[in-house]
Amino acid sequence: MSSIILELRVRNHPGTMSHITGLFSRRAFNLEAIRCSPVGAGSESRLFLLVNNTPRLEQIEHHLVKLHDVLAIQQRHDLTETFFHIADTDSVVHLPVE
Amino acid sequence: MGRRIAKSPTATVTKMNYTGAALLIKLLERQGVTHLPGIPGGAILPFYDALHDSHITHILARHEQGAGFIAQGIARATGHAAVCVATSGPGATNLLTAIADARLDSVPIVAITGQVPQSLIGTDAFQEVDTYGLTVPITKHNFLVRDVAELPEIVPLAFTLAESNRPGPVLIDVPKDVQTASIAIAEDALPAPGGRTTSPTCPNTQIDELLTLLTFSRRPVLYLGGGVIASNASGQARELARRLGAPVVCTLNALGSVAATDPHFMGMLGMHGTRATHSILDEADVLLAIGARFDDRATGKAAEFCPRATIAHIDIDRAEIGKIKIPFLGLQGDAAEILNRLLARFPENGTCAFAPARSDWLARASALFAAHPLHHPTCEAEPLHPVNLCRFLAETLPADSIVTTDVGQHQMWVAQAWPFREPRTFLTSGGLGTMGFGLPAAIGASLAAPGRRVVCVSGDGSLLMNIQELATLAELGLPVAILVFNNAQLGLVRQQQELFFNRRFTASRFGTRPDFSALAQAFGVRGQRVAVNSRDPLAEIADALTCPGPCLIDIPIHEAANVLPMVPPGAANRQTIEYHHLVTA
Repeated sequence: MSSIILELRVRNHPGTMSHITGLFSRRAFNLEAIRCSPVGAGSESRLFLLVNNTPRLEQIEHHLVKLHDVLAIQQRHDLTETFFHIADTDSVVHLPVE
Repeated sequence: MGRRIAKSPTATVTKMNYTGAALLIKLLERQGVTHLPGIPGGAILPFYDALHDSHITHILARHEQGAGFIAQGIARATGHAAVCVATSGPGATNLLTAIADARLDSVPIVAITGQVPQSLIGTDAFQEVDTYGLTVPITKHNFLVRDVAELPEIVPLAFTLAESNRPGPVLIDVPKDVQTASIAIAEDALPAPGGRTTSPTCPNTQIDELLTLLTFSRRPVLYLGGGVIASNASGQARELARRLGAPVVCTLNALGSVAATDPHFMGMLGMHGTRATHSILDEADVLLAIGARFDDRATGKAAEFCPRATIAHIDIDRAEIGKIKIPFLGLQGDAAEILNRLLARFPENGTCAFAPARSDWLARASALFAAHPLHHPTCEAEPLHPVNLCRFLAETLPADSIVTTDVGQHQMWVAQAWPFREPRTFLTSGGLGTMGFGLPAAIGASLAAPGRRVVCVSGDGSLLMNIQELATLAELGLPVAILVFNNAQLGLVRQQQELFFNRRFTASRFGTRPDFSALAQAFGVRGQRVAVNSRDPLAEIADALTCPGPCLIDIPIHEAANVLPMVPPGAANRQTIEYHHLVTA
């Protein structure tokens, strides 16, 4: 299935992520990857989401725009999945052996 | 409440000392809040202490869900945001249903909850729950106040969010330490009160396109939803119907936007709509949806809803346009504002070529309306048949009465048979369909509309769900009449089991029949019961309603009565089951 990257400008406070991820989870719409970091002095953040590009996405974008914590949203056709790539060697978490 | 800490020539620039609780009360007073339903508890006690000195009238409910629905009653009756308050933990969780209900019916409320001190958050402290997390999916927005200095920004913003664009519930969670913290702030440093802002709206080109579509329509239908009432656009909707010569169908939440006596009014559409509404929707060539969201109760099987119609959709919420049916024209904006612009362009008299066709169409709609009335025995044969009862009550009560209902068969009978003439006279739980809504909502409506009669039509199942609010009603002495349509059943469940589950009746009949009249009296509310074999039951009811103040009237309803027509869940509206389908030869 083809993916698409959304860039959001959001208010930076503890609840913002809950509001945004909640929109996806309550529609059983998977968020494949997330990348987020503060902007400037830290009252706002830049949030990148990797999502499936299906017809349902348009509905979700309309709902994202309505969220008070979401200030702007844009599709990033210039970015690819590699934007979210984390090399296996970067991870130190090992699942316990049974 | 405040203590001067600096002298100044102007009172307003003098900084006053407030606790967080006192500041919160001050901000609510500045919002014009006059009534505050709620229940105190540990985590919200500082707020209640500050409330002691306020002119805001607190309404002590007997369950927080009741407080939430009282606030809804106020908001639905006035169109402005209403506030309810609860403590942390169970107080907050008890509010959830009323908040979710407000979300689904787009009702503006601001819920304020106490929370444990911030140092204890996340420790499973006494009466701690994650109120913020619990309310994320069911509010327009919510706040956890982390510093007393945030309050002046948060409170007006909460009201603005609740009332602007598509209205809805907003929650403010206030930790106890924030309530007790101090802040010095001057009156003129407080931000302006929040309220409804101007919504973004569609360009004129879209209005012109809509005008063209309507002008060239031969069989247009107006499909009105709750948004028409939220926008205060009833007058515009009626005028559009008149100029266009179009029949009108209303959703449950739009009843009253067009008077039942209006020649264009066809009734409620959908699951319990009449064959007449289904027919004109099947034949329509243009459907103009205004402030409606194509809910499944209204559309039936969506793919078969208005199959011949070009759809135009006016809605303030962009997410609703194209959600269920893709419209030919989608106009985002406030209904009243858009209709004003449309009417300004609309010719007064029907001089266009299609006016005669529309005149025939309206005549057809009227003929269909007359040909498919609600089926019911005559008033003489069965005065207590719910359809007869609703019509009698509407004739007997003052014209400006407000009716609330609970959920179930009684609700659908009221929607079908009660001739509502004005917006905000019918308050009912549509989207969430919450049993227990009726009584507290009636209390709220009565507080918001002093001097007007308020009637709560309820069922014996629903009324028990917030029965404790009889105590609140008795305490307030409001002119609320509770009419219990009593069939000792969960009537609509029983009906579905009869029609769709082969008469396998499970858990739909009550084994005990509480004496509701005695129950009311035990709470201090006048109560009486109409006997099944009463000689003139309607006269008894009319007589009971002449006495002022609160009362409860227990009315026996035939246990086998079904709400008809009924569209089977998931079926197309034209597959509706009517009375003659069920009567065996």
